[in-house]
Amino acid sequence: MPFLQGGSASAIITLKELTKKFGEFVALDNLSLEIEKGELFGLLGPNGAGKTTLISILSTILAPSTGTASVCGHDARREEDSVRRCIGIVFQDPSLDDELTGEENLDFHGRLYGLDSKTRLSRINEVLGLVDLDDRRKDLIRNYSGGMRRRLEIARGLMHRPNVLFLDEPTLGLDPQTRRRIWHYITNLKNSFGMTIILTTHYMDEADQLCSRIAIIDRGRIVAMDSPEGLKESLGGDLLELATNNPKPEFLQSVREQEDVKRISTQDGKVKLTVRNGESLIPRILQTAQSFAVEISSVSLRKPNLEDVFIKLTGREIRDEVITEPKERIRIFMRTRRR
Amino acid sequence: MSSAAAVHTLWLREMKRFQRNRSRLIGSMALPLLFLLVLGTGYGRYFSYRGNISYMEYIGPGIVGMSLLFSSMLGGISVLWDRQFGFLKEILVAPVNRTAIMAGKTLGTATTALIRGLVFLIALIATGLVKFDPLGIMIALVFMFLISTAFVSVGIAVAARMTDPHGFQLIMNFLTMPVFFLSGALFPLDGVPNWLMIIAHLNPLTYGVDGMRYALGGPHEFSPLVDFVVLVIFWVVTTLVGALLFRKMSV
Repeated sequence: MPFLQGGSASAIITLKELTKKFGEFVALDNLSLEIEKGELFGLLGPNGAGKTTLISILSTILAPSTGTASVCGHDARREEDSVRRCIGIVFQDPSLDDELTGEENLDFHGRLYGLDSKTRLSRINEVLGLVDLDDRRKDLIRNYSGGMRRRLEIARGLMHRPNVLFLDEPTLGLDPQTRRRIWHYITNLKNSFGMTIILTTHYMDEADQLCSRIAIIDRGRIVAMDSPEGLKESLGGDLLELATNNPKPEFLQSVREQEDVKRISTQDGKVKLTVRNGESLIPRILQTAQSFAVEISSVSLRKPNLEDVFIKLTGREIRDEVITEPKERIRIFMRTRRR
Repeated sequence: MSSAAAVHTLWLREMKRFQRNRSRLIGSMALPLLFLLVLGTGYGRYFSYRGNISYMEYIGPGIVGMSLLFSSMLGGISVLWDRQFGFLKEILVAPVNRTAIMAGKTLGTATTALIRGLVFLIALIATGLVKFDPLGIMIALVFMFLISTAFVSVGIAVAARMTDPHGFQLIMNFLTMPVFFLSGALFPLDGVPNWLMIIAHLNPLTYGVDGMRYALGGPHEFSPLVDFVVLVIFWVVTTLVGALLFRKMSV
């Protein structure tokens, strides 16, 4: 297995040749991976890639078809209770009782995890402060906005001080402001509790901003795993785009021969280049264009993002699959309706 | 955590939700009240039975049984709403035994049904339709407890096999109506045609209502011991089946 480094003592999650099938459909295909204690680890991939299935197995909701998953040193299938005690989860779909108040939801959670009444009270105060919901603690959840519900769910996941916190699409369907706020809480958690956090997302910027390491998942397989910087680095440089309506072959050939040009392709009247030292390359390319009498109407240079990494690895855009499934629409609707 | 604490936690949640939802309490009591008043006055004129008991007095315990049956069976729907709104996941990933979850849910829902039944019972006593007899009321409460917990288990067992709350409601109406009408809740069983007699004898609610009639000083068909034993058997079976199906349920 390319990603398996052998049994590391500091690994808090270990997957070995994990496969999950639903009938004929292979949701997870022979995954092996280790997540270290204290990591903020991202699972990035389009909807249907298998992220939630993986989280469900790690949180003992689903049993794997073959292979093993261990969390905090316990087998997720055979030692369910030990695993459950050491993890906290914020599910992709809402999971609060909206006929109870924020405080009551937290109290219920504390009771289920066996906290005594004094501990419950102090933890409720602590986690509500952490997500700035102290003033809404007596309100019924049905009067909470989507973002507030999400924050309360995060707070709830922390009540029993888990060693590992799973966040399944924590900002799905939230507005940009609320997303940024939730990112802030997540970073805070990692810094102040040293908690291991596993985050799934199909938002590239989210994974890029938050995670120390990312596994890109596509169709149940890990197609790449590295730090965000490492992943972007793997593309080999910055992305330069030239718009022209006359990309003569001899011009392209000449550009290809330039020292800093790594890759070149044309697509809908655009010439796409992967380059090093883009800033100093642009004038040279424009000169070349002039000498071949090729008219360039615009030039853009940008740093690559994880989307580019995903396209390179899978040949598809991650957005292709976003919000096409009806289930996904309902999900976003459920989350946003009370905003 | 201990299973007892888990049961208590789940029970407490049902109580809180019940407390917040007065409209549900009143709504669920409207139908039995309608039956009592309309049937009681409408048919009451043509009713004569052992001794000079009025029809309203006769069906009183039957209406309490009806209220218990309906609110217990439909109570299973909360499992489906919990699944629909995702709260079930929160419960199922907690380090708590599933049987304890089922027990807490059953006791909580049964308690809400019992409260409704009790409101009826108190109203019957207050209007003089049932005599005030503390011991009798205690015995009636035992029967009421058995009826409500057993039928909540039936509701949860059906809910555990379903995903759609609306379908559940349809199925439950389909089940509760015959159970109610084909029991001895509305009419005495002696002298009814054979087919009805057989069905009524197979119907657990018949024994529940009969036991309550005995406890509340009304005319009853069977020995209270028979009523009790049959109900306990029904209770054990439904509880086991409910717990089994709930354990197998996927999120």
